[in-house]
Amino acid sequence: MKTYKQVFSELAQANRAALIPFFVIGDPDLDTSLAIVKTAIDAGADVLELGIPFSDPIADGPTIQKADIRALKSGMTVRKALEFIRNIKDHKDVPIGLLMYYNLIYQYGKERFFRDFHQAGVNSVLVADMSIDDADEIYDAAISAGLDTVFMVTPNTEPARMKLIASKTTGFIYTVSVLGVTGSRADLSDVVEGLIAKLKKITPVPVCVGFGISKAEHAAAIARAGADGVIIGSKIAELIERNLSDKGKMLAEIAGFIGKVRRAIGNSVAKPPNESFDPAQDGFGGLNI
Amino acid sequence: MKYKGRFGDYGGFYVPEVLIPALEELERAFYRFYQDEQFVGELEQLLRDYAGRPSPLYYAKRFSEYVGFKVYLKREDLLHGGAHKVNNTLGQGLLAKYMGKTKLIAETGAGQHGLATAMIGALFGMETKIFMGVTDIERQSVNVHKMKLCGAEVIAIEGGTGTLKDAINDALRYWTAHVTDTFYLFGSACGPHPYPTMVRHFQSRIGKEARLQCLEKIGRLPDIVVACVGGGSNAIGIFSGFLDDKNVRLIGVEAGGRSLSSGKHAATLAAGRVGILHGAKTYLLQDEQGQVSETESVSAGLDYPAVGPEHCYLKDSGRARYVAAQDDDVLDAFELLTKMEGILPALEPAHALAYLISQKGKLDPETIVVANLSGRGDKDVSIVERCRPLED
Ligand SMILES: Cc1ncc(COP(=O)(O)O)c(C=O)c1O
Repeated sequence: MKTYKQVFSELAQANRAALIPFFVIGDPDLDTSLAIVKTAIDAGADVLELGIPFSDPIADGPTIQKADIRALKSGMTVRKALEFIRNIKDHKDVPIGLLMYYNLIYQYGKERFFRDFHQAGVNSVLVADMSIDDADEIYDAAISAGLDTVFMVTPNTEPARMKLIASKTTGFIYTVSVLGVTGSRADLSDVVEGLIAKLKKITPVPVCVGFGISKAEHAAAIARAGADGVIIGSKIAELIERNLSDKGKMLAEIAGFIGKVRRAIGNSVAKPPNESFDPAQDGFGGLNI
Repeated sequence: MKYKGRFGDYGGFYVPEVLIPALEELERAFYRFYQDEQFVGELEQLLRDYAGRPSPLYYAKRFSEYVGFKVYLKREDLLHGGAHKVNNTLGQGLLAKYMGKTKLIAETGAGQHGLATAMIGALFGMETKIFMGVTDIERQSVNVHKMKLCGAEVIAIEGGTGTLKDAINDALRYWTAHVTDTFYLFGSACGPHPYPTMVRHFQSRIGKEARLQCLEKIGRLPDIVVACVGGGSNAIGIFSGFLDDKNVRLIGVEAGGRSLSSGKHAATLAAGRVGILHGAKTYLLQDEQGQVSETESVSAGLDYPAVGPEHCYLKDSGRARYVAAQDDDVLDAFELLTKMEGILPALEPAHALAYLISQKGKLDPETIVVANLSGRGDKDVSIVERCRPLED
């Protein structure tokens, strides 16, 4: 199974940021969702971020809420998500991060959840409604199941807390580009470049950026600012929503969009990764399990 | 965060990373000011002159004769705004002022918390936004109008069943994007830490007063204290005064809706399983996988699938007992108290009264019960009119 480490070091050699699309599993229904994710992989996704739909997604804006509702209405369950992931891994071995809400994990049983999903091919599980303060509640179970850890940093995270988060992160830091919930935004947040730079100074852990990125130019700018990955979610859910009556067009538009972002990222050469990171000076090196 | 905000294993602060700085700031401010002399003095004065505290403890003689034991009503319905909610909105609103915040947001179900927040927004000159589900807007329209008259903006929430849970979801989402200048004035003793502790503190006034009033008026403590439980703020407010009095039985009454077996209810403690929602580990009405259930109740204020963490702890420890009252019995209780005492109870505390009616003739006549009459029923007249049309 391909690890984050392998993917990020391959991409660092190629001097390109990872393209990480997000999908709600089962949106708009299981079969279409499979076709969509496979299309995205074929169009150039390097890593997948997948959500298991939840009834009360408090970190999500209207677009992804609607995706959750579509998926739940079509009968999506946690068990079916497991099948879905196996199916995707059979198509191609790309790393998969789950992004979801804690109650679903808690009800499944956290040890069993992490073990089952790791075995199915998941690399990490990011819990949207859990901050680093409560990470201990899942950390050991996740690590002993063989998962990498991914945590969020937001524009209002204090530097000391960033360091704490980085020290517990073995996969990548999910950097939230805006204060707010998920959803496409017309313009790129003006704090994101500074945030990437700050993180790059304190940790060698890969930094991926998400929330509000809806255009190829946004992705390119983020890659140029030194991010190791660009996460795009709501924009894709919008393409699904807009084409519910025409699957062929839906797949074509998603493939087209992902291809375009991929080319935009490819053309924007980033600064050499971690150029400003000096563990000796910072007295700090992130875990690299 | 400085404290874990746990009641046993319940509670905590299961929120996205982005909300942590705001909760930390709130926790810091609460612990800094809640015993501060100036803050306490200012709050006391407002509770007295603005809200109308202390609220009376009223012996409901005719109702007592009907049920066959002695029932005293803690008259939170007489407070300004018509419910206990003002105790909390004055406390948190003043805290917001001390923190230098100028914008308030709040969720509301029955509209009582929304109204109590809108009042305080007007009082302190703060811009106020109230998040309210479309179902609740429809069934509590009088309160919606009052909020608007106070100058608040009422934001209609379409998601889910258009009830309290959905209003909280969207208020949390809005807060996420406006954490730097907005104070989230949470309406019940649930949600993430520090809200359960803070709301309990501001509502504990009810229990302190009631205990003293019992000793002064009756010369002894009650045998039973009963309150309705939605998120749990009026109940924890009155229970807190009697927690150490081991002989006082504490009974919380949840919304039994159509019936527990129909699945159409909001009796979280009676029928839920432990889970995580809105920032807390709590009993939760949910399906096998953990998707949160849709709830149903004639009373908008109790129509919520989770409950405050301290109640979960009190249930498990056996210190308090939780039962459910069904819609039909609640409407009966509303009518009965109105006919016998000339007091219109809100449908929420009518749940507590329905429980007392179910105990008719079963308790020793000398039993003393204090029921928290958390709000008045003016807001519910149109619902009662629809469910129980008057015969000419
Ligand atoms: C009069 C009244 N009582 C009780 C409640 C339920 O809330 P809590 O359980 O927090 O007291 C409400 C909520 O709107 C209410 O308006």
